[in-house]
Amino acid sequence: MQERDVILSLRDVSKSYYGVPAIEHITFDIYNGEIFGIVGENGAGKSTLIKTVAGAIPANGGEIRFKGEKLELKNPYEAISKGIGVVYQEFNLFPNLMVYENIFFGVEIKKNGFLDRKQMIEKSREILKELGFDFDVREKVRNLSPAFQQATEIAKCINHQVELIIMDEPSAPLTEKEVDQMFKVVRKLNDDGITIIYISHKLNEIMDLTDRVSVLRDGHYITTFITKETSENELIKNMVGREIADIYPAKELSDQEVILRVEGLNSSKVHDVSFELRKGEVLGFGGLVGAGRTEAMRLLFGADKKDGGRIYLHDEEVSIKSPTDAISHGIGLIPEDRKAHGLILNKSIFLNCLLPSLKRYSNHGFIDFKDSKKEIGEYYEILKIKATGQDQLCLNLSGGNQQKVVLEKWLLKNCDVLILDEPTRGIDVGTKQEIYQLIKDLAKQGKGIIVISSEMPELIGVSHRILVMHEGHITGELQGENITQEAIMTLAS
Amino acid sequence: MKKVNLKNLFQKYAIYFVLVFEIIFFAFASDVFFSLKNALNVLRQISIVGIMAVGMTFVILTGGVDLSVGGVTACVGVICAKLMLAGAHPVIAILASLCFAAVVGLVNAFFSHEFKLNPMIVTLATLQILKGISYIVTGAIPVYGFTEKFKVIGQGHIGPIPIPIIIMIVLYILAYIVLTYTSFGQSIYGIGGNEEAVRLTGINIRKQKYTAYMLCSVITAIAGIVLLSRVNTAQPSAGFGYEMDVITGAVLGGISMSGGEGKITGVFAGVLVMAVLSNGMMMCNVTEYWQWVAKGVVMLAAITYDRIIKGGKV
Ligand SMILES: Nc1ncnc2c1ncn2[C@@H]1O[C@H](COP(=O)(O)OP(=O)(O)OP(=O)(O)O)[C@@H](O)[C@H]1O
Ligand SMILES: [Mg+2]
Repeated sequence: MQERDVILSLRDVSKSYYGVPAIEHITFDIYNGEIFGIVGENGAGKSTLIKTVAGAIPANGGEIRFKGEKLELKNPYEAISKGIGVVYQEFNLFPNLMVYENIFFGVEIKKNGFLDRKQMIEKSREILKELGFDFDVREKVRNLSPAFQQATEIAKCINHQVELIIMDEPSAPLTEKEVDQMFKVVRKLNDDGITIIYISHKLNEIMDLTDRVSVLRDGHYITTFITKETSENELIKNMVGREIADIYPAKELSDQEVILRVEGLNSSKVHDVSFELRKGEVLGFGGLVGAGRTEAMRLLFGADKKDGGRIYLHDEEVSIKSPTDAISHGIGLIPEDRKAHGLILNKSIFLNCLLPSLKRYSNHGFIDFKDSKKEIGEYYEILKIKATGQDQLCLNLSGGNQQKVVLEKWLLKNCDVLILDEPTRGIDVGTKQEIYQLIKDLAKQGKGIIVISSEMPELIGVSHRILVMHEGHITGELQGENITQEAIMTLAS
Repeated sequence: MKKVNLKNLFQKYAIYFVLVFEIIFFAFASDVFFSLKNALNVLRQISIVGIMAVGMTFVILTGGVDLSVGGVTACVGVICAKLMLAGAHPVIAILASLCFAAVVGLVNAFFSHEFKLNPMIVTLATLQILKGISYIVTGAIPVYGFTEKFKVIGQGHIGPIPIPIIIMIVLYILAYIVLTYTSFGQSIYGIGGNEEAVRLTGINIRKQKYTAYMLCSVITAIAGIVLLSRVNTAQPSAGFGYEMDVITGAVLGGISMSGGEGKITGVFAGVLVMAVLSNGMMMCNVTEYWQWVAKGVVMLAAITYDRIIKGGKV
């Protein structure tokens, strides 16, 4: 399968932002027709590297050759026309345009000078069908699920007849089922002769899918393995610089009083959701994306209006009509969509962390900068956020580090009941382990924790008890021995 | 490393460089321009728009805009004048006018927040209403004849410095403190950056936005009263069209129209840049029509410069 001719070669590629190096002297080759993995911790420089390859940002030095030819791209559109397609960590489509318009962006089919929409629609449908997708190509991209947006992005690459597709954490926004589908797509593309660069924090995917894998650490190239000849542990050791034994801490459940009771939560997407949460308990919510888990939690948190339902804290009914109410009762929600709901991207880490805890850090309306900076600094260290300082804008952080900031702002708030919706999306193994430990510690302190996760091992690894949802209903409860992937899947569909 | 710092400096202080350049230019072009007397003159001229810009800053930072400020200026002047003529003590008349303005701010916030209407349209509507009210109340006839004491606000001095300038500077200092050091100020910046994210942190967005709009109207009302006292006559058309000067000053000073970005110190510089320009040209005997052209050109140049430096390559 591997012919040894090089499709992409990097020599001494470097890039710094405002004088701070993000990648330094990266040198390696990618062979034609292979699936090549890149792994590394948050902020290791993976995204930066592929952005320089794709011409989205200029490199500061070094040489990139594609099919033997020196690449000097000025913008991402040039990249796709030269044969390099990128599926970004944060999608790069026009949300207000329709699927087929995105697929044909820049290469519109014209008839007598006018757009031939009929043919573009037809062809878009064909490409997607080849990939195993069947959805309305006249839908606006904004209204699509992440999986369909990704499919659109891939279809766009195919339509532009690219020879190399770079995928930056493509599985992060997907459910397990959708990941399987995406794997099929990737393998098919590869069979058709397209070279793939695949970036992921999920090492099982890397082991499954790739032919070779490179490790980056702190902006440096560490080494390349032939996937078959390495192991997850070896990769981790090279990424983190140390060994990680057990990623999930042992579970301890003390039988304590009920802290939160929810009865008959209802809305258009959530039907009769009732459950109890104990102090010190980690309650998992399983199910497919769209099962209503996020919606149910948003109702509980007061982010959306509920049509019915009662909420009891310490056996006393509370009225929650807005996030303000929820938070004043000690309930916090870490949202799944960090860009839209979690962060103010063009503001500093400091301000983002400060906002939920403004009351605590202010005195007659005046902010205590000394105290707040100090405490924010402490969690910043614990979470090992990689940034130039608290004043760095979140916009300029790597994806995983943005997620850490969202976590930090809620950890600082110190809620009694903390809901975490996909808390480790885009976070590296080392930090994941720390976050699981953190969840455990919070529970141990007597807090009630709710975790929503589409990553089955994670859900199983952290939860004492799991409720599974399907189409807005709770379809079952699993505990102890009964918690298995199969049991969850059965209840979820 | 050195180059980066220089770039940062230009980026951060673009508007100040423009200001200094203007002053140097006019100092050479005209012999009467560069003097303490003229400096105070310029400051007094900008005091009305300068005060209004303080209020506008709060609203724009939340991601909104208030076009009704011109109407508020006129209406407040007229109401305050009528009350004084009807025998009310000036202090009572002033307080009543400020309350009226607060209600206007409340209405603006109510419609734009509760119904998610575009604030530009909402405040355009209230602008019309306020214009109408000013003419109805006065019957289109200017109102004058207030007590001597009332003139102090607009025409008095403390030492050599006119009181309007002092009011303006005090307001800028207060706004600086509020925006930088208080939780209200910091949440305003947050709301402009990503309102939904801030809502989900439990901050009461409604309260903050209402406060911003009401502050804007009340601060504008202060400008209206200063204006009334200075000209000593309530014109139903006073302040019309000021909204453009105010917004121009704020935007020149680096306040982003999409909200969440910019400093109050920049706003002061922005307002000054426009004032120095017209004053300087007047000193050089440039006709008003050419002044308009020049102002437009400077504004385009300043915002383009800002964009190039900020939005340029990484
Ligand atoms: N626009 C930017 N401005 C300043 N610094 C940046 C910018 N983008 C990235 N960085 C910094 O460059 C480094 C590498 O970031 P990059 O996004 O490449 O990491 P990554 O390996 O993709 O991480 P993740 O797994 O979290 O996505 C980080 O330290 C990050 O803070
Ligand atoms: Mg990345």
